[in-house]
Amino acid sequence: MSAKRVVTFTVNGDQVEILCEPRQSLLEVLRDDLDLTGTKEGCSNGNCGACTVIMDGRPVVSCLVLAVEAEGAELRTIEGVACGSTLDEVQAAFLEGAALQCGICTPGIIVQTEALLEENPNPTEDDVRFYLAGNLCRCTGYDKIVRAVQAAAEKRQVAASN
Amino acid sequence: MHAFDYQSPSTVAEAIELMAKHNGSARPLAGGTDLIDQMRVGRLAPDVLIDVKKLDELNVLSADAAGLHVGAAVPCYRIYGDETVNSQYTALADSCHIIGGIQIQSRASIGGNLCNSGPAADSTPSMIALGGVCVIAGPSGSREIAVESFCTGPGKNVLEPGELLVEVRFPARPANSGSHYRRMIPRNEMDIAVVGVGASVTLDDSGQNFVSARIGLGAIAATPLFAEAAGESLAGQPVNDESLEKAAAAAREIASPITDMRGTREYRIHVTGVLVKRVLQAAIVRARGEQIDYCRGH
Repeated sequence: MSAKRVVTFTVNGDQVEILCEPRQSLLEVLRDDLDLTGTKEGCSNGNCGACTVIMDGRPVVSCLVLAVEAEGAELRTIEGVACGSTLDEVQAAFLEGAALQCGICTPGIIVQTEALLEENPNPTEDDVRFYLAGNLCRCTGYDKIVRAVQAAAEKRQVAASN
Repeated sequence: MHAFDYQSPSTVAEAIELMAKHNGSARPLAGGTDLIDQMRVGRLAPDVLIDVKKLDELNVLSADAAGLHVGAAVPCYRIYGDETVNSQYTALADSCHIIGGIQIQSRASIGGNLCNSGPAADSTPSMIALGGVCVIAGPSGSREIAVESFCTGPGKNVLEPGELLVEVRFPARPANSGSHYRRMIPRNEMDIAVVGVGASVTLDDSGQNFVSARIGLGAIAATPLFAEAAGESLAGQPVNDESLEKAAAAAREIASPITDMRGTREYRIHVTGVLVKRVLQAAIVRARGEQIDYCRGH
């Protein structure tokens, strides 16, 4: 009754075609079929944000998306953030600001930050905290994350004005 | 997760046919933020998911002479990104801003929030306050029902097998109107309402007297409630503390909350009164065309 079906979408610019069951989440398919294990599984109920990816320009938790729903979608994952071996401003700011400890929430937080800065290039502390409210971190206490996001935003602003 | 089939119909008629064919064992899928979680934990086990979020009728977000049409599958971020909603149906934008986090708002819809029929749903009190009407399509045609009559119990509503919520329609806003939604939670964001209140007021031209008011309450009964008497008590009254206190008392009177980990019955009843006054005050400020001092989520 639940025959496998072919689903086609793009991930970080690459066209992919996979065979999946309707019950498979996008998270499962990204990690297990496409080997894109940078996206993490945390709670699997939409609370923690570790599995955040950008789908058609919007951040979503990939544990609450069925892979079959991604038919025709454009996806961006943590693997698509760096340019080759060069980290982007957000990744660099997280490293410089020591905005991570165990690191499991970090890919989701960086992807969510990319979505934030796309929408709001110059966020206030309150904007950052509100936008990242769906990403839980049990290590850092968030302050360093918020500062790293603002540092990345500033770096991009400076780069854009030069 | 259990095995199920997935269908993606291209018309409402086709969706209803599929829903009817599976006679209660199919569930419509919009943003999936409640449904997929409920399936993963085994609370729901439909044989078929019918993806309705790409249907044109469920994606409408437009205003005309009849008012505002919000398709049942329109995600929260589109609702609070809409100019008409922000300027005239502000309570709805307030609700959509605090349903889950940003990732949830990318997918979750007010149609899903309503059909999930949780007593603490954040958008339902706003829809009640704004006079929302549910447009339901089914095998035997369409019908309409007021939002306040839609939910019948926790997780239960008036939809019959084969029926689909297509849109919620809101009447055009009279001059000098304003609305607001606010909830009490012990955190700043990402929480379930201890109490939620949506209110809409219309003032006279002087801005000093109520013409009419509607108030919706969440998390204080088995379903979201329309505090009709509280709203009616304001009609024709001057805008002052005494009128607000009367409305708050009338709202407290219909609150029949449970005691749970989020708050006791007594606490929730008290907070209902406090929030009704605060939300009315904010709606009054907006009705006068002024900005309220409100930081979403705080």
